[in-house]
Amino acid sequence: MTLSVTDLAITRGGLPVLEGLSFALPAGQAMVVRGPNGIGKTTLLRTLAGLQPPLRGQISGNEDTIAYAGHADGIKPTLTVRENLSFWASVFGLKDITRALLAYDLGELSERAAGTLSAGQKRRLGLSRLLVTGRPIWVLDEPTVSLDKNAVEMFANAVHTHLAVGGAALIATHIDLGLEAELLDVTPFRAKPAPLDDFDGVFL
Amino acid sequence: MIALLLRDLKLAFRAGGGFGLGLAFFLIVTVLVPLSVGPQTSLLALISPGILWLGALLANLLSLDRLLALDWEDGSLDLLATAPLPLEVALGIKAFAHWLTTGLPLVLAAPVLGVLLNLPTAGVSWVVISLLLGTPALSVIGTFGAALTVGLKRGGLLLSLLVLPLYVPTLIFGAEVSRRGAVGMDVTTPLLMLAGITAAAVALLPYASAAVLRVNLR
Amino acid sequence: MSLWEYANPRKFLTTSERLLPWFWGLAGLCLVAGLIWGFFFTPDEARQGATVKIIYLHVPAAMLAINAWIMMLVASLIWLVRRHHVSALAARAAAPIGAVMTLIALITGAIWGQPMWGTWWEWDPRLTSFLILFLFYLGYIALWQAIDNPDTAADLTSVLCLVGTVFALLSRYAVNFWNQGLHQGASLSLDKEEHVANVFYLPLLVCIAGFILLFVALVLYRTGTEIRARRMAALLARERAGA
Repeated sequence: MTLSVTDLAITRGGLPVLEGLSFALPAGQAMVVRGPNGIGKTTLLRTLAGLQPPLRGQISGNEDTIAYAGHADGIKPTLTVRENLSFWASVFGLKDITRALLAYDLGELSERAAGTLSAGQKRRLGLSRLLVTGRPIWVLDEPTVSLDKNAVEMFANAVHTHLAVGGAALIATHIDLGLEAELLDVTPFRAKPAPLDDFDGVFL
Repeated sequence: MIALLLRDLKLAFRAGGGFGLGLAFFLIVTVLVPLSVGPQTSLLALISPGILWLGALLANLLSLDRLLALDWEDGSLDLLATAPLPLEVALGIKAFAHWLTTGLPLVLAAPVLGVLLNLPTAGVSWVVISLLLGTPALSVIGTFGAALTVGLKRGGLLLSLLVLPLYVPTLIFGAEVSRRGAVGMDVTTPLLMLAGITAAAVALLPYASAAVLRVNLR
Repeated sequence: MSLWEYANPRKFLTTSERLLPWFWGLAGLCLVAGLIWGFFFTPDEARQGATVKIIYLHVPAAMLAINAWIMMLVASLIWLVRRHHVSALAARAAAPIGAVMTLIALITGAIWGQPMWGTWWEWDPRLTSFLILFLFYLGYIALWQAIDNPDTAADLTSVLCLVGTVFALLSRYAVNFWNQGLHQGASLSLDKEEHVANVFYLPLLVCIAGFILLFVALVLYRTGTEIRARRMAALLARERAGA
């Protein structure tokens, strides 16, 4: 399953941010998205996840294959860790959550209400959700925020295992995960403003 | 599907879930009405079906702004939208969960509150039947309103402004069934209209709700 | 040449600027002529006396109140299907005009009703439906104003307009049913215009034409304003992004 993008242009708040972007992400590969703040990394990832339509260009291989993790983890504070995870597992048609609990060392926390977790623990719970989706392509937006060194290692291991079984990952991050990952710098694809005399163009 | 329904029910019943707030509001409205229009039992008996319907409608409205807003804030809606479950189905289920936790308790409480308002005995069953048929429509219409305003900071007031006009047909036919039932008139026509509106709303509105929610998630 | 060419904002602006003076002029002419004719050169009606002359404001406003919503519905559909920005902005521009027309219809109705029925307000099915229509206008306008991103606002208001149309129609029938159920026979219908004599009918037609022309002029003018505002916002955003 290859995620491929050709001549993609995307908008944020009605304004084009990136254009002419093309890349391919084959199975077993990781790719790290880099670029300065506000360039449109989050918008790119949300577009790939199917949450917003692209302005132009084609995306293929992203139908029902993408597990998206954004800034918010979708955790309900009044449900326990186990209940949170089981819910997402059954939404994606899976049952087994033990592997996910193990991978992020959540076993001891599993009966605690998610609202009582620390920020880092919540993030671990959020990332463990990826393992219960059964989806091959992970699209992750700053996954290591509020993780300590130990947890970053857990995350890197999880990604590594995922790649080894034929998965793929597209990660927007600024830290080095110690993975063999291709680098995708989106800075050169910053959208140029439409010419001023093009009325329709400026309208966007 | 079942998982989403169970989760929403669990969330509603646990601490801070807001279950029972609508019911308490319904009670308060019912108590305030005699205090404002006077204690004459004949007058109260006359207006009781309408008051019960209005109270149920407002109690329903009250709980709408948390129907999707909480899932929006913690990112669950983003994740649900990328899940294999179609968003139309997800919203239909959320509306159903809303009805189970808000609408159904109101239906069950209505006969008890009817006693406070001197509701004629003949009217009790019709009030219950009309609420049972009408409140599901209120929930799906409310879900549509919640999906429209989910991205807005203080969407609560706007939500009421958008949803209340959409409640008009349901309110008219529902209250008409109760009122006619209370005085022993034929209720067939308004009852069929009420059921028809509910059936059509339940079948079609989730598509509109999902469409506007997708726009809001962009 | 296709009609859709006018969906280009620039083409729309230049064309509407050429047409606007004609619309303003004709609207003014029809309104002045129609109202003066209607108010001063028609006889008093036998039963209602001079009060009947308010139909020259009431009927055209009521017609436009409904037709403005229909125009918004068509414009919303065009936006949803063909994504022409001008169409969405035209729907936005028409809404306050429709709301004001509804308000004029309601107020003139009340002024007319006072001497005729002895009450300012009667929960007559027609009056009630117009009041509900006014609420729909308010909700639609409020939703436009609440959302920052213009494309999101256009999408959401378009769907609201579609759903609202269905519910407004349902309300119309519900209200009809609701009041006849209570006040059988006590109908205070406003159907006078259906059997008015020619002497009232002709000036009424002129007034209706005047109102329609005024509506078209106002919509063109306001759409132009919306286009410019949209372009200005886009230019500002572009400047911020470039900085």
